[in-house]
Amino acid sequence: MASETIIQGSVTRDGEPVNGYVRLLDEGGEFTAEVPTSATGQFRFFARPGTWTLRALVPGATVDRQVVAAQGEFTEVAIAV
Amino acid sequence: MSRSDVLVDADWVQARLDDPKVVIVEVDEDTSAYEKNHIRNAVRIDWKSDLQDPVRRDFIDQAGFEALLSAKGIANDQTVVLYGGNNNWFASYAYWYFKLYGHGDVRLLDGGRKKWELDSRELVVEVPERAATAYKAQAVDSSIRAFRDDVIAAIGNLNLVDVRSPDEFSGKLLAPAHLPQEQSQRPGHVPTAKNIPWAKNANDDGTFKSDDELRALYQEEGVDLAKDTIAYCRIGERSALTWFVLHELLDQPNVKNYDGSWTEYGSLVGVPIELGAN
Repeated sequence: MASETIIQGSVTRDGEPVNGYVRLLDEGGEFTAEVPTSATGQFRFFARPGTWTLRALVPGATVDRQVVAAQGEFTEVAIAV
Repeated sequence: MSRSDVLVDADWVQARLDDPKVVIVEVDEDTSAYEKNHIRNAVRIDWKSDLQDPVRRDFIDQAGFEALLSAKGIANDQTVVLYGGNNNWFASYAYWYFKLYGHGDVRLLDGGRKKWELDSRELVVEVPERAATAYKAQAVDSSIRAFRDDVIAAIGNLNLVDVRSPDEFSGKLLAPAHLPQEQSQRPGHVPTAKNIPWAKNANDDGTFKSDDELRALYQEEGVDLAKDTIAYCRIGERSALTWFVLHELLDQPNVKNYDGSWTEYGSLVGVPIELGAN
């Protein structure tokens, strides 16, 4: 864990987990990775330190969140759509 | 050939779920996704257990492809619509197989599984029953497949498009970070290759960008569309999507997918390798 940079969190709508996708975009807005959310709305990326944009895609909505990730830390992001 | 001959949208598929002339086929990176749910009446092809030779490193031969499609209940005169997750990554790989073996009418569902889900369209768990057919494949169309000697001969002469992520291209990684590391011996890329990651072909929702956007993407990265092209990645699957874009959407006449890709090239003795970014 000490060397890893993890960005994780959940996507919810009205407090309930929602199935969809989360995209990880780099500082320049370029696509880096995408994962589907789990049954409980969770997602996780193994990234590198820096500024990232998380883009949640769910039926009927797209929501962006800027995050700054640091090495050796979990960056937790709760995204409400 | 026009875009609609090779690519259909979700409404087109929705209207043909019960059409006996259309077979919908799911092909996913995550081969268990089909079991969770799938488009109604879709059958599954497993890229790993169905499409690879069980012994040699090669894809299944003509007889194997005939046996597979016959068992799946797919007939020569049916329209095959392929879809899958991750921007149709593995569906594009299967599309390339259907073209290699000369299937008459095969198309991709634009946006694949993701777009279908984001549209909140129906997904079911029920597996359809299809009667077996007697499928007849054509001999392999080798005009769309590159081998290692083609790649070496292309250095400095033809377009080489490396569709892996920038970190794989530059030599920092040997495989995408989320996958098991099926390793080549050496990292890097084929000299003179341009790095245009495959995901740049798609919009957020998984649909392909417009022809004009795609043409601009390749030209801005230095691909000369007047020349022939070889696309490669690590094992030839991501590059099948780029092959689809260049050959099927942009109608480039001579585009080959190098399915040996970096796991072969990066293990060859004596071939030139370059490190570093584009």
